[in-house]
Amino acid sequence: MKLDAKIPGGPLESKWSRYKEECKLVNPANKRKFSVIVVGTGLAGASAAATLGEMGYNVICFCYQDSARRAHSIAAQGGINAAKNYPSDGDSVHRLFYDTIKGGDFRAREANVHRLAEVSNNVIDQCVAQGVPFAREYGGLLTNRSFGGTQVSRTFYARGQTGQQLLLGAYQALSRQVALGKVKVFSRTEMLDLVVVDGYAKGIVVRDMVTGKISSYAADAVVLATGGYGNTFFLSTNARGCNAMAVWRSYKRGAGFANPCYTQIHPTCIPVSGDHQSKLTLMSESLRNDGRVWVPMKKGDKRPPNQIPENERDYYLETRYPSFGNLAPRDVTSRAAKLVCDAGRGVGATGLGVYLDFSEAIGRLGRRTIEEKYGNLFEMYERITGEDAYEVPMRIFPAIHYTMGGLWVDYNLMSTIPGLFVLGEANFSDHGANRLGASALMQGLSDGYFVLPTTIGNYFGSSKKFVPSTDAPEFKEAEERVIGRLNKLMSIKGSRTPTSFHRELGKLLWDNCGMARSEQSLKTAIKKIQVIRDEFWKNLKLVGATDELNQTLEYANRVSDYMEFAELLCKDALERRESCGGHFRVEYQTEDNEAKRDDENFAHVAVWEYKGEGKEPVRNVEPLNYEVVKMTQRSYK
Amino acid sequence: MNLNLKVWRQKNETSEGEMKSYVAKDVSPDMSFLEMLDVVNEELIMKGEDPIAFDSDCREGICGTCSMVVNGVPHGPQRGTTVCQLHMRHFKDGDSIAIEPWRAKPFPILKDLITNRQAFDRILQAGGYISVNTGNVGDANALPIAKDKADQAMDAAACIGCGACVAACKNASAMLFVSAKVGHLGFLPQGQPERDRRVWRMISQMDKEGFGNCTNTYACESVCPKRISAMFISRMNRDYAMAVAKGECNNL
Ligand SMILES: Cc1cc2nc3c(=O)[nH]c(=O)nc-3n(C[C@H](O)[C@H](O)[C@H](O)COP(=O)(O)OP(=O)(O)OC[C@H]3O[C@@H](n4cnc5c(N)ncnc54)[C@H](O)[C@@H]3O)c2cc1C
Ligand code: FES
Repeated sequence: MKLDAKIPGGPLESKWSRYKEECKLVNPANKRKFSVIVVGTGLAGASAAATLGEMGYNVICFCYQDSARRAHSIAAQGGINAAKNYPSDGDSVHRLFYDTIKGGDFRAREANVHRLAEVSNNVIDQCVAQGVPFAREYGGLLTNRSFGGTQVSRTFYARGQTGQQLLLGAYQALSRQVALGKVKVFSRTEMLDLVVVDGYAKGIVVRDMVTGKISSYAADAVVLATGGYGNTFFLSTNARGCNAMAVWRSYKRGAGFANPCYTQIHPTCIPVSGDHQSKLTLMSESLRNDGRVWVPMKKGDKRPPNQIPENERDYYLETRYPSFGNLAPRDVTSRAAKLVCDAGRGVGATGLGVYLDFSEAIGRLGRRTIEEKYGNLFEMYERITGEDAYEVPMRIFPAIHYTMGGLWVDYNLMSTIPGLFVLGEANFSDHGANRLGASALMQGLSDGYFVLPTTIGNYFGSSKKFVPSTDAPEFKEAEERVIGRLNKLMSIKGSRTPTSFHRELGKLLWDNCGMARSEQSLKTAIKKIQVIRDEFWKNLKLVGATDELNQTLEYANRVSDYMEFAELLCKDALERRESCGGHFRVEYQTEDNEAKRDDENFAHVAVWEYKGEGKEPVRNVEPLNYEVVKMTQRSYK
Repeated sequence: MNLNLKVWRQKNETSEGEMKSYVAKDVSPDMSFLEMLDVVNEELIMKGEDPIAFDSDCREGICGTCSMVVNGVPHGPQRGTTVCQLHMRHFKDGDSIAIEPWRAKPFPILKDLITNRQAFDRILQAGGYISVNTGNVGDANALPIAKDKADQAMDAAACIGCGACVAACKNASAMLFVSAKVGHLGFLPQGQPERDRRVWRMISQMDKEGFGNCTNTYACESVCPKRISAMFISRMNRDYAMAVAKGECNNL
């Protein structure tokens, strides 16, 4: 596998502007002749599809929900970063770039991250022009708040519904293109395979989720913006439908998969309440602006929180990380919570929880201010737990939230398959081993509004144009493959539901490849995954048929991918013999339990190459060369 | 606790449906309503019966996917709450619960509790946006917007497009949904140039889709999980009258 990141030459600050000046263009009359498939209508997919339509390309766009507006991005709460420096607190493109590189524990590509920081400001301008109702000051100007891992206020927000408002902005732009006839959207349509013709990505095979009909679409290029793979762990903060199918099946067609072991565990989620749990709910990181995290000093202290006096409380983030305090980054904060809970000082019925306490902020700012800032989050907390967080502290615990790994892409956002572009959470490119809060929305919209529309023109301008017919043998083969798999799932007729298999796999991953990983736990996990997978293919139980609306079949099909992908995730974690960001190997830690990187041996991207069923995948590397930033031990003390 | 469910079962868009009875056993008060249905479905699959098909995705009350009528009320008894956020602690042992899909002509039933709500997408496509291409826009702070205006725009923009308002209305009117978008963009200076055209086109599309008229019963507002105010409907009516007076309909 050849890994050429195609990073433009010249100084870091001018790479993107130089690229834009020198890249190939497609003239307006010719754009009409090119077609693009966009899979996904989240921030990355909707913004890309709308922009490509505006430019004149013919776009067809797919999502599994019943409307493009419901993509998982809608659930993002806290905000979106940009280097505007409106509060005049010393922010700049360079600082945003540096914070993101450092936050990612020096495992991201400098050139991509710098471009992201540059483009971030255009994203905010664009959203405001579309009518996104960001929060404002009385003077009418935009207001900002802070997020973890930074010392400036650079996060724009729309109450606790930032993702919703940004996605509606992109969805509205998309709707306009639909009305103009430049984009066609197929909802309730799931991509089941990628079609590669003569080495180029030229189409996809989809299933109509209402009728079950399998069909194919061909185009000049394919763009995947299908989100992350957090649901491999069963319980996560992702929407129920989020899945790994598009990226995993593209991997099996030849796309390199980068850093699958970089998964993010979010420190502030509502703890699990029982076996019926179908997903976990995030309490936005922005709450850590005003909430203080603590546990009792004493092990096994079961007193209600308000009866524990100040001097018997351990505000462990504030003492451990004095300069960032409650706003330490996610990986650091999650591990700190695990440490106190492992020590028997966790709270709640299960002991797997810590307090997030607002009493001090309510005293200082008044209940109304807190209501205005976080009202909807407190309400959500109340609905789920039945507790009033204005009166008693919230209980929170870490949960799987985001996946930094994804399909490998070069500077053009193109995967190792020419013509296959990957945007948003589905690619690996910008967050290294840990993503900072409010950076995913920034990345999704940067990729979709600004980066891909430029780089795809460069691709079209420099390669031979052809669109195969969907009758070509490659399409027929792919259709047969997916139909075969669906029929196989239906024919097992065993005695366990897809949920029971998924739950078992998820628990195995969480226990062995979650917040702490070791050589032994990973080896155990890999062995057990193979056993569960074997049983899955022998003992799965489904009902209904393939040619109808069949939610159990859809789900089983996704679970069948997790059964394979989970193994790669653990292999990657096993081979990365260091700790960095969200990947914490217990063998590699400093004396005070912080992650210990090994820059000499692991300052690279691990890119996995599929070699066929039953064969060992190959681990390739893309070295990371830091030209501007000096790698240091990440410290938030 | 144990509950007696009566659930609408319908194989597909063209077949007839009927209410069927199920017992939900050992329901924990901490479960969400949809988790309770998940448990019922697991049992049905084990018995080889078709599980109850229903839509959901985020399960956090924001995507607008979940959609079912619980005991006659869209999203169920708790105000300001989607059914995915409704928890079983609001029910008690032995309760009977009727569960039905949204019922409105423009939302045909696809299976059991799942409906087709693409009519909402088409209304948006008719004009629910600000026509601005990517790039070439001014600095975000070049245009100050009074905080109260921005806040009101946000109040309207909070709509999740679930369709509960339509399901609650005896006329299957979509006025609350449409007025939320018209209100959101209409409060902002960016939305002014297309204000007349937008309201005229969105309402025309709404009529074309077969949604009914508003007769001011406010059922929509009372079931809206985001508590969108019916005040936006009166505001939209004024906008619409203005657009008609200005002859917007003649410009199309
Ligand atoms: C609860 C929560 C809160 C968050 N809050 C923040 C925040 O405050 N700030 C921040 O920066 N980030 C936040 N994040 C992260 C951020 O929301 C996501 O990383 C980001 O929205 C992903 O966008 P995306 O466009 O890449 O993918 P998604 O929004 O996940 O969209 C994926 C799209 O792909 C489609 N799709 C997937 N597979 C298929 C298939 N096989 N066939 C057809 N279609 C398919 C889906 O239908 C969907 O349209 C949050 C995440 C969560 C879970
Ligand atoms: S499932 Fe998203 S609002 Fe209920």
